[in-house]
Formats: sequence, structure tokens, C-alpha cells
Amino acid sequence: MVTKEQSPLEEAAHVELEPGAALPESLWKVRIKLFWAGLRRNWSLFKENKIGLMGLIVILLFALMAIAHPIMRSVGPWQDDDVYDPVIGYDAPIENFEIVPTAADVVDPNSQMDVMTAQLWCFGSLPGEICEIPLQPAPPGNGHILGTDPLGRDIASQLTFSTRSAFMLGLIAAVVTVGVATTVGSIAAFYGGWLDTFLMRLADLVLLLPLIPILIVLSGLWTINLPLLGILIGVLSGFGGTAIVLKSQALSIKVKPFNDAARVSGGSNTHLIFKHIIPNVLPLSFLYMMFTVTDAVSLEATLSFFGLLNIDMSWGIMLNTAQSQGYLRTGLEFWWLLIPAGLAVTLLAAGFFFVGRAMDEVINPRLRSR
Amino acid sequence: MLKFVGRRLVQMAFLFFLFLSLVFFLLQAQPGDITSQFLNPEIPAEVREQIIARLGLDGSIWNQWWNYVTNFFSGNLGVSFSQYPRPVIDVIAERIPRTLFLFSFATLLSYVVGFSLGKRLAWKRGGFSEHAVTIGGVLLYTVFYPWFAVLMILFFASGLGWFPINGFLTPEFWRGAPLTGNEVFSMLLWTISAAALLAGATAIIARRQKERAGARWVRSIGYPATLLLFVGYWVARDEIRPYAWDIVHHSILPITTLALIAFAGVMLLTRGSMLETLKEDYILTAQAKGVPDKDIRDKHAARNALLPVVTSFVLGLAFIIGGGVVTETVFSWPGMGSLLLTATVIEDVPLATGALGFVGVLALFAHLIVDILYAVLDPRIRIQTGN
Repeated sequence: MVTKEQSPLEEAAHVELEPGAALPESLWKVRIKLFWAGLRRNWSLFKENKIGLMGLIVILLFALMAIAHPIMRSVGPWQDDDVYDPVIGYDAPIENFEIVPTAADVVDPNSQMDVMTAQLWCFGSLPGEICEIPLQPAPPGNGHILGTDPLGRDIASQLTFSTRSAFMLGLIAAVVTVGVATTVGSIAAFYGGWLDTFLMRLADLVLLLPLIPILIVLSGLWTINLPLLGILIGVLSGFGGTAIVLKSQALSIKVKPFNDAARVSGGSNTHLIFKHIIPNVLPLSFLYMMFTVTDAVSLEATLSFFGLLNIDMSWGIMLNTAQSQGYLRTGLEFWWLLIPAGLAVTLLAAGFFFVGRAMDEVINPRLRSR
Repeated sequence: MLKFVGRRLVQMAFLFFLFLSLVFFLLQAQPGDITSQFLNPEIPAEVREQIIARLGLDGSIWNQWWNYVTNFFSGNLGVSFSQYPRPVIDVIAERIPRTLFLFSFATLLSYVVGFSLGKRLAWKRGGFSEHAVTIGGVLLYTVFYPWFAVLMILFFASGLGWFPINGFLTPEFWRGAPLTGNEVFSMLLWTISAAALLAGATAIIARRQKERAGARWVRSIGYPATLLLFVGYWVARDEIRPYAWDIVHHSILPITTLALIAFAGVMLLTRGSMLETLKEDYILTAQAKGVPDKDIRDKHAARNALLPVVTSFVLGLAFIIGGGVVTETVFSWPGMGSLLLTATVIEDVPLATGALGFVGVLALFAHLIVDILYAVLDPRIRIQTGN
């Protein structure tokens, strides 16, 4: 049963059918089966790579964290909106200080303070009275597993809440990158000529230019929120190196015989691009998607750390808060302000990078270990 | 070779032209326009018209675009709002040497260390050390960089107290100094560049020698002489030496931090490219001939493995310049990067876009140097472009 137009997928489907089969299965069933078989084959290759598996586990753990936040907030112990809201929550344990006449009388600095210092906190108080000081940032404990930040907000709630936005940003950036890079690469390879030259010179330019300074200046000109940042990162990284790599891949597909066959049998340009070139470029494109997610996560954190984005809460903002309140350079005394957020950015970015490298080995047989 | 450099220069100029146009249109695309943002809304309409005309903002957009690009090429970047009436180009000229210093030393350090570590890793494949170094390398590569820089400060500056916490120099130490910080810094730069030039000239002359003995002779004279001249100069200038050392002391931690994050990528890439090279037939031949392992690794494999690493430099360049912006900000190193950030935060648009333009110049120039280096390393490129 050979019909006029066949994509390589359909061709493969026909080859795999039993010669004696009475009626071929409907096409989409075959496609799903092929897809499933391909997935299983790739998974067994991917499994070989221990580092890639580790990355996948890290990503899954973060996904659990992202899911944990709404669960904890709706049915778990974080239901109190005034305390556990990641942005406007407030809670500070009260510490009682006994006020003594002079600094020389202070025996225990953790429970006593002299009257002059006390004026800063409890104005008008006299020796012998008790001054109540809300402790913020508070160390872990008291219902806050990771303590509170300098504004009295729960760190664990912020951390899990930010995981969700990190994934959202990564997803937007990745989808935009794949879209832009695949389109640009395929069009440049397919049409060639001045369009190719123009697009590739533009890609050279984007590749050469550092993203951070550009995004910093852009944040000065516009108000950048999370979806916009995702789109910007996606467009910039999709136009740069990814487009160049995908173009060379598309070029190698353009000269394959099945492409000529489709053209001879009357396929239009659009048909060729969408049915033959893009499906074959996509796997490579997914690989670069992983690296885009890595970039997006750390770029967002960097820009938020400098306080340039219009975002309610993210890992970068958590560090920004610690810095702007003066807790960043005080050493590890306030470790809960410094370590969780920074480690989260590093680990999630590393997780996607490890998975990307492992996928690279699946897609490029050249790199597999011997 | 000259023809090759010329062609690349023309391409670079074109790319830079594209980049400037991009910056211009970004400025145009911002909500509102620059006059509605910065002119007092209460001034009379005709005065407003006059100001707009005087600033050259009354022409068509293409006209303005052409003005912008030609002005940039002639060094007229406007006047900084925040440091009025200082021209932007002045501010940038003061900052550029500091950024170049940070950038070039960090790049050199990261490439030297990354390359030598990467080739050793590939040579001793497998085992615990490979996994540990690979994971450590990737973690350094993906680490949240500002956070990492802060941790470095906490550990080496606040904790151990080896280095100053941040800044370019210690102000109280410089009170009554014979020269300004910029003057001492430029002397430092000149002597370092002169030493680098001398060392480079020695290497080139030694390569031109036909006999090995001659090359060895040139090297044994040239390198020590360079070192002697450099050290001798700073020994002789003992009235400003402590000041120069103050600047160097401040720069060690930022350079190391920037080099650390950049080196991981180089190391991983060298390892990959080395593994490819080791499968080549000529390595087998060399082993069969009984060439010592170290010679095979360094002379046969590593030299060929160097090429993709140099190519990747182009990608690494953007990474390291972006990292430089972060480094300068976290370490309060007053270079182009911190200028870019502060100018953006205080909405000094001419200064911010001017700094962005010069970051582009820096990236393109570094790219040009890498291209030339590549042509020197790989004769195939020279021959191809010669035809």
C-alpha cells in the first residue's frame, strides 16, 4: 500500500507492518506506537547516564516542592493567610527584654538591655519595665521550618511558592525558544539566499552579545514581569546559537531524498517545511530547550537579585530582600536567608543542565560512552 | 593574514552597525518617548518644541536613527543625566580600563586552568575523580552567580580576611598619595601590556628560528628579560608601589571568582574535544612509536583538541562579559558593568545605552581577537580565506 505522499514516519510504519496483515491500523495508532517505541528506546539510552538521572531526580524533587505549596496552603499547616502568605504574610516571635539602668548592668544581653538602647524599640520606657521586641528575621522553629525573612515572612513558603514561578518561567522561555529557533532555522535553511544571510547575521549578533547587560538596560526601559521575561529570554536565546545549530540540522535534512520525493510529488513549500523539515529538527530543538531553561532560571534570579524585575516573589527576590536589609554580608549567622534561595537556583539550573547533557548523548550518538 | 583580518574587521563593523540600530530601536520602542519622560510638563509648548528641535528629535525616525549611529561612531554619546554636564564618553573612558583588566585576567586564568585540567581529565578517563570534577564543574557552571560571589566574599574576605571586602582601592590609604588611582592604574596596565608584548615577541621570534637550539636560546633570554624588566620597574618605583599593590590586592578576589565560573565550561569542553582527538589514528601511531605519554597528551592530542575550545570562546565570551557585570556589581568594582547597572537603576538613559554600546564593542573586539588567534592556530582557516 504505497500512497503518493509519505512522510518518513508513515514509511516506517508501513515497513513495520506484518506482510500478511489484513487491514493496516489507522495512522494515528501507528504513530502513537512508533512514538512510544521511540520514547522507550531513548529512555533506555538516557538511563545509562547516571548524571542525567540525577538531574531528572532533582527536577522531580523541585516539581514536588512546587506542588507542595498550594497543598500546604489549602489543606496543610500553612492555611493562615496572615502568617504564611509568601508576599504579605507576617509573623515574628516576641522577645522580652528587661530594661536595666545602664549598659554596665547588662548581665545577659539576650534578655536584658540598657535604657538608652531600649528607647530605639520601646520609646519612653523606663528601667524595670519589659520591652517586647518582635524578632525578625527569626531563626527556624516556631512553626517556620526555615525561619522568617527580615520582613517576618515565612522562608519555606516563599521558597516553595517561587519554585512554581521558576517552572513557569522556564516553560515559557523553553516554548518560545523552540518556536523561534525552529522557525528561524528551518526558514533560513529552506529558502537560503538573502533571507538566510540576514537571519544568520542577526543570529551571530545575538550569539555574541551578553544577555545580562541587554536585559538590564531593557528592564530600565520597560516594566518587565515574569511572562515578558520568559518571552524575552526565549526570543534572544532562540535567535542566537540555537537557531544556528538548528539551521545546519535543517540543511542536512533538506538534501535528504524523502524531501526531494515530496517535492516531486507536488508538495508545497509550506508542506515541506511543516511536514518534513520541522518534525526532523524538533528533537534537537528539545535538547536546546533544556539549556534555555537553565539560562532562564539563573537569569531571572540574577535580575531579581538586582531588583530590576516587577515580580512579587522569586528566589532572586528573597536574596534581594536579604541584601537590601543588610543581612547578606553578615556571615553565615543568618544562613536561612542566604542558603536556601541560592541553593535552589543553583540546583534547579544544574538539574536541567544535567538532563540536557544526557539528552545530548541520546541524540548525538557520537558522544555516547564507548 | 592581513586580508583575513581586514575582512573580519569589515564584518565586525557591519555587526556593530546592526547592534547600534537594535539599541536605537529599543529606545524608540519604550513606552512614551524621552521628552515626555524628562522634560518638565509645565513648560510652554513652544519652548518644548524648541528643546525637541535642539535635541534633534523633530526629524523622521530614520533621520534620528542615522544621527544616532553616526554620533556613536564619532564618539558623541550625549551627556550623562546623573553626572551632568559630563559627556557619556568621558565616564565610559574612565571605566573601560578597569573592566578590561578584570575581563582579560579572568579570561586568561579560566582558559589556562580549564584547558590544562580538561586535558588531564580526558587522559585519565573514568573513576571517582572524573565524576567529582565533572559534577563540580557543572555546578560551578550553573551556580547562581551573584550568590556564589557573595559566598566567596563571606569566606575569603569576611571570614579569612585575606582580601578586602569590595571596592577598587582603600580610600583612607590613598590620602596624600602622589598620584590618583586612575594614574597608578594606567601605569599598571601599561607595564603589564608591555610585558605581555615582549613575551609575545619572544614567542614569535623563537618560533621563526629554524634550529631548536636557536629557539631555546631566544626563549632563555627573552622570558627572563621580560620578567626582570617588569619586576625592575616596580622595584624602582617604590614611592607608588604600595598604591599599585593596593589596587592589585582589591582585584584578586573578583578576578578569581569570575575565572572560577568561566573555567568550568572550558574544562568540560576540553575534556570532550580531547576524548574525540584521542580516538584519532595519529594518536595510535604515536603510541606505537613509543612516544612518552606526556608528549602524546600535550603535543599530539591537546594541540588538536584546542581548536574547538577556541571556537567555543565566542560563546564563552558573552557568558564571561555578563558574569563581569555581576562581578563588578557584587564586588563594587567601578567598571562598565556596574556603570551599566547603576545608570539603568537611576534612569540615566544616555549613560546606560552608551555603556551597552561599549559592552557590544568589547564583545565584538574580543571576538575579533579570537578569530585571529584561531587563524594563527589552524592553518586551514588561513588557506581557505586566502583563496
